[in-house]
Amino acid sequence: MLRDITLGQYYPVDSVLHRLDPRTKLFGTMVFIISLFVANNIWAYLVATVFLAAAIRFSHVPFRFMIRGLKAIVFLLLISVSFNLFLTQGEVIFKLGFLKITKEGIRVAGFMGIRLMYLVIGSSIMTLTTTPNSLTDGLEKSLGFLNKIRVPVHEISMMMSIALRFIPILVEETDKIMKAQMARGADFETGNLIQRAKNMIPLLVPLFISAFRRATDLAMAMEARCYRGGEGRTKMKPLHYGKRDYLTYFIYVLYMAVIIVLRF
Amino acid sequence: MAIKVEHLNYIYGQGTAFEQHALKDINLEIKDGEFIGLIGHTGSGKSTLIQHLNGLIKATDGAIYYNGKNIYDADFKMRSLRNQVGLVFQYPEHQLFEIDVFTDVCFGPKNQGLSKEEIEARAKEALTMVGLDESFYKQSPFELSGGQKRRVAIAGVLAMEPEVLILDEPTAGLDPKGRDEILDQIERLHNEKKMTIILVSHSMEDIARYVDRILVMNHGEKVYDDVPKEVFKHYKKLEAIGLAAPQITYVVHTLRDHGVPINDEITTVEEARDEILRLLKK
Repeated sequence: MLRDITLGQYYPVDSVLHRLDPRTKLFGTMVFIISLFVANNIWAYLVATVFLAAAIRFSHVPFRFMIRGLKAIVFLLLISVSFNLFLTQGEVIFKLGFLKITKEGIRVAGFMGIRLMYLVIGSSIMTLTTTPNSLTDGLEKSLGFLNKIRVPVHEISMMMSIALRFIPILVEETDKIMKAQMARGADFETGNLIQRAKNMIPLLVPLFISAFRRATDLAMAMEARCYRGGEGRTKMKPLHYGKRDYLTYFIYVLYMAVIIVLRF
Repeated sequence: MAIKVEHLNYIYGQGTAFEQHALKDINLEIKDGEFIGLIGHTGSGKSTLIQHLNGLIKATDGAIYYNGKNIYDADFKMRSLRNQVGLVFQYPEHQLFEIDVFTDVCFGPKNQGLSKEEIEARAKEALTMVGLDESFYKQSPFELSGGQKRRVAIAGVLAMEPEVLILDEPTAGLDPKGRDEILDQIERLHNEKKMTIILVSHSMEDIARYVDRILVMNHGEKVYDDVPKEVFKHYKKLEAIGLAAPQITYVVHTLRDHGVPINDEITTVEEARDEILRLLKK
């Protein structure tokens, strides 16, 4: 059940998308997110759908793998869609007590739902096709200019890559501790809310302890290898753009232009 | 007949890029009171197999019978199975969480719904079995040494009084002294309590001295299932799958290759010593 968390999980297959420079993918995700907020009619969303579908197709990652990320936001999705549905003012088409659905409400709620889902799927494509390491490499390089105003870009991206790196490890660890406690008769599935929260203690205490242990071990291992931060540090695999990256950027420009044109 | 496994298959992440056939058509029978060593290289499927035995993982295909009852039947009580088949995970000290040793050991029996007196009696007995006296009861489990922590964790499972005890690499990361103590205590449980024991390890050295029967796993398949001396005869094949027979097996075989008429069914240093002395006296 815990394996369902896809955020920050790399899917190891070979595809065009996998081979793109991480910066291209980062920028593309950003373009896609902005385009979702620029788009304001059905045609623009249709174009966005085609763009997303093409990206999914080219990524060679099974579609249901991407959908899994949506499970995590089902609750958020429900809340925002229903708020928009019931609380938007306008032409009333259905009324039940104090709840009313308006024409505008349906429209806004529909777009909101699509926006949120596309947001998650879009960013899932990036994390599924990019290893956490190259992702943070890309971020570091893209944000390198911030160094000039004394933002510790390297340190931040190092923290990010460590955090991402530890997600699957901690998930696995949780799974292991859960099983170990279940073998001792622990029950994580039944009882009321308070009971359940209490039942989590045998899971959370060992998990925290192990997270801290891993953190100190890692810090020690890094220091033992003379890690001192970003200054003067070189890369084993420096990033550089290839032909396919330029082509992808060209597609982005085209895509964004179409979205903007469709807005007016 | 305590446990019977029939045509067990397990596939991790079926239908994804992570798909892995972890267990392939495993058949085995474990009788009451046996002391079994389960051995295999990292990733051979041994941990996966034992998690099936108390129902923590559900097989993709196949059946497991506990005392004749299929554990995958709808009306089978998984909870009672977990009470009867105790499983001590690898690095069990990582599951400790209570404020003191005694309370932590009480966790298992408490979940079984026993009375307070019964819980405490069992916890005391379990802690005595693993060689921890009352001076430890009120200590925080996190302040103990590695070996002591592990014994607390093992006591936590023993306190549930299982009929079958499965230990996954109980000696991993311990020094030789800690290792011998743990293994001796496990042997005592087997001899005195008549517990069925399955000891998972990748060290033949550890296993050879204690167990009656060895199961060898490789790439999710059961390769050998026999008494130690028979299994060690295949020491060359064992090497090929990343395992090794105990060192003494090599000594014996080298001696035989040099024409010494030594019995090649020897598995422990003590037996070899007696055999060599016998040969010298001739």
